[in-house]
Amino acid sequence: MANEKQQAVEAALIHEPLQLLTFLLDKEVYGIDISQIQEVLEYRKVTPVPRTPDYMLGVINLRGNVVSVVDLRRLFDMHVGHISVDTCIVIVDVEVDGEKTPMGILVDAVKQVITLSGGQISPPPRFGSRIDNRFISGMGKQNEEFIVILDLPRVFSQEEMEELIDTAQFAGAASLEEATEGDHEPGEHPG
Amino acid sequence: MSDPLNTFRTEAEEHLCTLESSLLEMEEKPNDADLVAACFRAMHTIKGAGGMFGFDDLSAFTHHLETAFDKVRNGQYPVTPELVSVMLDAKDHIAGMLRHPQQSPVQALVGQSLLTRLNKIIPVDAIALEKAAASQKVERKHNIETAFRIRFTPCSSALTDGFDVVPILRELRSLGSCYVTTLAAELPELRELDPESCRLSWDIILITEQSLDTLKDTFIFVADDWQVNIEKVDSDLSDVEHFDYIGEILVERGLITVDQVNNILETKPKTGELLRDSGLVSESDIVAALSEQKALRDAKERKSEAQDTTVRVPASRLDKLMNLVGELVIVQARMNQLANSREDEEMMSVTEDLDRLTVELRDNTFSIRMLPIGTTFGRFRRLVRDLSRELGKKIRLETEGAETELDKMVIDRLGNPMVHLIRNSIDHGIELPDIRAAAGKDRTGTIHLSAEHAESHVVIHIRDDGAGLDTTRIRTMAIERGLIGSEQKLSDEEINNLIFEPGFSTAQEVTDISGRGVGMDVVRRSIQDLGGQVTLYSAPGRGSEIKITLPMTLAIMEGLMVAVADERYVLPLRAVEECVEMQQGERGGQTSSKRLVEIRGELVPYMRLREWFGVEGEVPQIEQVVVTRVGTDRFGFSVDEVIGQYQTVIKRLGKFYEGTVGFAGATILGDGNVAMILDTTGLIRAVETEAA
Repeated sequence: MANEKQQAVEAALIHEPLQLLTFLLDKEVYGIDISQIQEVLEYRKVTPVPRTPDYMLGVINLRGNVVSVVDLRRLFDMHVGHISVDTCIVIVDVEVDGEKTPMGILVDAVKQVITLSGGQISPPPRFGSRIDNRFISGMGKQNEEFIVILDLPRVFSQEEMEELIDTAQFAGAASLEEATEGDHEPGEHPG
Repeated sequence: MSDPLNTFRTEAEEHLCTLESSLLEMEEKPNDADLVAACFRAMHTIKGAGGMFGFDDLSAFTHHLETAFDKVRNGQYPVTPELVSVMLDAKDHIAGMLRHPQQSPVQALVGQSLLTRLNKIIPVDAIALEKAAASQKVERKHNIETAFRIRFTPCSSALTDGFDVVPILRELRSLGSCYVTTLAAELPELRELDPESCRLSWDIILITEQSLDTLKDTFIFVADDWQVNIEKVDSDLSDVEHFDYIGEILVERGLITVDQVNNILETKPKTGELLRDSGLVSESDIVAALSEQKALRDAKERKSEAQDTTVRVPASRLDKLMNLVGELVIVQARMNQLANSREDEEMMSVTEDLDRLTVELRDNTFSIRMLPIGTTFGRFRRLVRDLSRELGKKIRLETEGAETELDKMVIDRLGNPMVHLIRNSIDHGIELPDIRAAAGKDRTGTIHLSAEHAESHVVIHIRDDGAGLDTTRIRTMAIERGLIGSEQKLSDEEINNLIFEPGFSTAQEVTDISGRGVGMDVVRRSIQDLGGQVTLYSAPGRGSEIKITLPMTLAIMEGLMVAVADERYVLPLRAVEECVEMQQGERGGQTSSKRLVEIRGELVPYMRLREWFGVEGEVPQIEQVVVTRVGTDRFGFSVDEVIGQYQTVIKRLGKFYEGTVGFAGATILGDGNVAMILDTTGLIRAVETEAA
């Protein structure tokens, strides 16, 4: 099943050049198909939603709409960085339950928009990548630099969300235990 | 959207609804003439409009119904249950013809058999048919409003003869809208005045549905002696755009000629004053004419108002309007903040005006979307009636709180789950009359449907006095279906709520009424989609009750803003009872996350939001406890600071946070930041579960 899908992705990638927005996450370069991207925002204060998993940072106001923000570093179990002047929120359009929802992802810095031809993209590695290879749709290579192309719909898929909800309940209970001892706050980013 | 055919269809469907509900009510109150009249009107309108739009079969069929029903209206035949049955079936048949104007042979046969059935109850002969049709035409004509100009001068001896003008005026008033001008031009100087002789005359504009003859009848006793002049005002009341000019009116009254008016008009435009000054007409004549002008104008305005009330607007436009108003409210809040921070008096007075307008606009916009839930109750009445007959059960449907208002969107989406629940009550809940009698219950079962506002929610109860749920059987079936393990220990309530699990049907045999594969899980899901909850209570042998709690999905609500550490939160103000200060020493005992505080001698449980949200840092010396009321219980939320009342535009949290316990949504603050809206009931439940 996964194989078939990867082949399909591969086939699609070989035939058409792909435009990617690249960004940094813990010093590594990641890319998202620009057709999925709505806009890039400077970092702004994110209102935390208490008792939810810590990679769910909270919500922001995007021209009158409330948009959730995900911290990819935490989601991918990376070292949690600090907010800097380069920190950005990339607003992407994800399809959840057949409904398009805008969603913010927190990245360390946005690099550029690049165009990769089919030949520059290889299938995801079976192992050895820092993040779960289910979330990778391919590996791009430009100027000796590797770009991890994220499969966003997959990252925010139903399955993952269900897992998320389970963890949410778990995290809720856990944070209470911690809270009674008087510490821990989910959103550690200073404003 | 503006396709007249569609408009006709929607309207006809509405009339069919009226017809249905009136028929059903008629079954209970067979002697209510108003109901009969309502049915008749509905049929009549459908027939007329149907003919106009080429629904000839529909029109013809309805015509037969109408003819038969006319006899009921005249009191020739009584309202019987059989008649109501036929009429209900006929109503369904009309609905079918409405959807498929090209009648299929089967449909035609159905129609024929219905008419035969009807004919057995109310025999109609061909001549009567003709007559009925003719009488309709006459009646219709009368419904058109006409303006009459009535001018009467009582003879000078009227008062000594014992005639009084007041009763006449009163009678005229009862016929329609009446504009009376008293003409006193003939009145002599005071010292020459003979109080016993009548020198006054009256000029009246009457807008009425009555005919000229009826008006003449009013003056029947005095017609010989008084000078009475009644004529139709030649102004088309349906022409809303065109107001009559006073000049035209005076001309029409024969007081001046068109040329005279035109001459005057050429010199200066103020017609009324000019005419008076020129001495062509007397002052009182002008006043009378002005009053006619006003009468006609009012009548036309009334007409245009009536047109307004039936404007059809697609729901999407209302949604858009609602969103815009929401944005406006946010901007307005921002403006308020700005004005306050600048301490600019002038700006503050402007913002105050803006504030008032925004609130009014918001409330108005919102009220457009609100509909009484009773609009759906009619549908259930029919359901109960038809199903109970089919199943040989006797069931009475009682409704309460039909006026409770809910967002139209919610009402629309609530219909199907409600139908399902009521169906279940009829099918599984209420027993057959004999079984009921054996159990010592009334042979007629009752399904009680009620709706009410409770805090920020609307609560709907569907209660029946049937057999209740068979907990043992549900358990067995749940085990059979692998929903629970055979060893699993569950409370009765937990077992009963298993019927909401996917793929559960408890009927012994699958009837075509409820066991059609769509289970209670669908019901629960649809209600959850609306942000609501379903709970089931059952008492074996005494009945069951389903409680649906729905948020009103107010896009905007009054909130109370509080602060916990750096974050601000909004509580629904509706639920808040009071705010009290709590010193560190007063903090009472603690059982896990649920604490107690003493307020005026009463112990009130509360939760510390700081703790629940896992906020770091020192608890301030003085905390504020916001006390809310849920039903009869009080529950407090301790916060760092109470900021104040806040008009809150509710925004959905989006897919990823939807369903997070304790939050009803988010709102955008004046400074552009987001604050979470607390779901007090959800929080309380979460705390109680944890404490248990």
